Amino acid sequence: MFVNFFHELKAQNVPVSLREYLSLLEALDNDVIGNQVEEFYYLSKAALVKDERNLDKFDRVFGEVFKGLESLGEGDIAEIPEEWLRSMTEKFLTEEEKAEIEALGGWEKIMEELKKRLEEQEKRHEGGNKWIGTGGTSPFGADGFNPEGVRIGQKEGRHGKAVKVWDKREYKNLDDSVELGTRNIKVALRRLRKFARDGEADILDIDDTIKSTAHAGYLDIKMIAERRNKVKVLVFFDIGGSMDGHIRLCEELFSAARTEFKNMEYFYFHNCLYEGLWKDNTRRHTEKMPTWDVLHTFPSDYKVIFVGDASMSPYEITYEGGSVEHWNEEAGATWLQRVTEVYENCVWLNPVAERYWEHTASTQIIKQIFSDRMYPLTLEGLDGAMRELSRG
Amino acid sequence: MSQKFEGTENYIATEDLRVAVNAALTLQRPLLIKGEPGTGKTVLAEEVSKALDMELITWHVKSTTKAQQGLYEYDAITRLRDSQLGDERVKDVKNYINKGKLWEAFEKKKRVVLLIDEIDKADIEFPNDLLQELDRMEFYVYETGETIKAVERPLVIITSNNEKELPDAFLRRCFFHYISFPDAATMSQIINVHYPDIKERLVRNALASFYEVRDVPGLKKKPSTSELLDWLKLLMNEDIDPETLREQDAGKLIPPLHGALIKNEQDVHLFERLAFLARRERN
Repeated sequence: MFVNFFHELKAQNVPVSLREYLSLLEALDNDVIGNQVEEFYYLSKAALVKDERNLDKFDRVFGEVFKGLESLGEGDIAEIPEEWLRSMTEKFLTEEEKAEIEALGGWEKIMEELKKRLEEQEKRHEGGNKWIGTGGTSPFGADGFNPEGVRIGQKEGRHGKAVKVWDKREYKNLDDSVELGTRNIKVALRRLRKFARDGEADILDIDDTIKSTAHAGYLDIKMIAERRNKVKVLVFFDIGGSMDGHIRLCEELFSAARTEFKNMEYFYFHNCLYEGLWKDNTRRHTEKMPTWDVLHTFPSDYKVIFVGDASMSPYEITYEGGSVEHWNEEAGATWLQRVTEVYENCVWLNPVAERYWEHTASTQIIKQIFSDRMYPLTLEGLDGAMRELSRG
Repeated sequence: MSQKFEGTENYIATEDLRVAVNAALTLQRPLLIKGEPGTGKTVLAEEVSKALDMELITWHVKSTTKAQQGLYEYDAITRLRDSQLGDERVKDVKNYINKGKLWEAFEKKKRVVLLIDEIDKADIEFPNDLLQELDRMEFYVYETGETIKAVERPLVIITSNNEKELPDAFLRRCFFHYISFPDAATMSQIINVHYPDIKERLVRNALASFYEVRDVPGLKKKPSTSELLDWLKLLMNEDIDPETLREQDAGKLIPPLHGALIKNEQDVHLFERLAFLARRERN
């Protein structure tokens, strides 16, 4: 019953992990609550949900799974957790592994090990037999590798689902290429750091103090300024039109960049860079700033990041007057070229998945102008872009 | 370990909060508390410590706080100075190790409540640096080569205002509770705990306008429980008649002594504008 619940939560994208599930069972085992279903609801909420944004999803799943359930038999509560815990720690894992988990405290490892074993199991099974035999003769169950997998199958008839969850673990690149939260972005942006000592000398410089103390024969304390991130960043966001679908991603990037870089300036443009930029999108037609001024204001040691999908008609880049909004005297390509000439370090971040790039002519043109320094707006891409920017 | 937290006479704990505290207490895992400002996150730790008769050790986290400071700090400068003066203390490195809050909590013979307040204020890596220490309740002191292990695993309560996202690995180890904003019924319970002899009519009218204020769209900072309590105290001191509270509301929209409720200049302007519109409509 709870396994089902757990899987259902996963299916609804509530980020729950085995560790959390096990602590829920542990809590049940330790009689933290009585046998009221409300108490169980509160406990499972505290144990499984770690972000208030997911509380609603949790509630929906809970309502769905425990529909019509008013009281839980005591037997159920006491029994299942024990089985789970025992099978998890004793049947699945060897003594060394158990020691390892205790040493590392990391469930990732167990997950991987389990997955590996399931894969092995699958191979041995290749004989045209069914994945699970009927009547309890399946070696899969008898082997003791996945006892509760079969147990679930018997109870709920959902074994396929149980395996699927394991299968889902296979894309462990998840953090790398798909999920891009503010936190992850921040960590990736951290690559772009240039520390410099600046400001008031308020930190003890131990090396220098030792040196000068030894030299002078008395305690001669030397202070030094704290190291601070001195990197300067200039960000250009494409806004409106085809970018609307990527707004959330861009907002996350923006908020992460805002807190990460002390010296950050940003401007908006539409589709392609032309002679004017603006800072407030609601007043884009009245408060434009000439691009020349921007290029002249910010010195060439600024790192430049363009964020845009680069998807437009090629004319918008290559021809004078190609802009969809106004008559531009000079082609967008000329302006982009100027930026890359002024700023040595510039990259283009593209929220569109990399595999579509080659089908869009405009993307190819911009990529060429940026000498291939176009990166997808994924963690991996961001990482690469920051590496590129921190060069030189 | 049979202790259970049931709330105290000064603190109204909803049932889900009680369950969360008890789960953290029994399983000896940290309890992460989030919620709107002013819903009593920090007070919870104080009340838990009072209710269970456990000492409270508070570690206020600031933007400059490092994880190491919670464990211990080695005071190299004092030692260097003492060596200059030929002080005897200099021979023992232990004299220069200043214990942090975690160490303090680990040493206690009796179980304590350790409050790590506003963990999100610190650097983004701060929670990660404390993973092992909170998980295993032990750490290693390099200078003396000893391992400090908790005598009695403290009950760790962590509060966060959501300024930064916390790492997943950290979250996995905690129980979590989100203190939602109390509804009117819970709120009047809370008020009764704080001001037992307040007039019921005043509470009813004040609460009505309080929730009205909270419902005004576009408020920068919604007034919270602690602000409501301050406001009520003011209302009682000024001896404002409950009926005028309501009357003035209908006409003016800005409740009397609003300074206790609305702390933001823009919000005050917003209210004045709304009041103006309301008056115009009536005329």
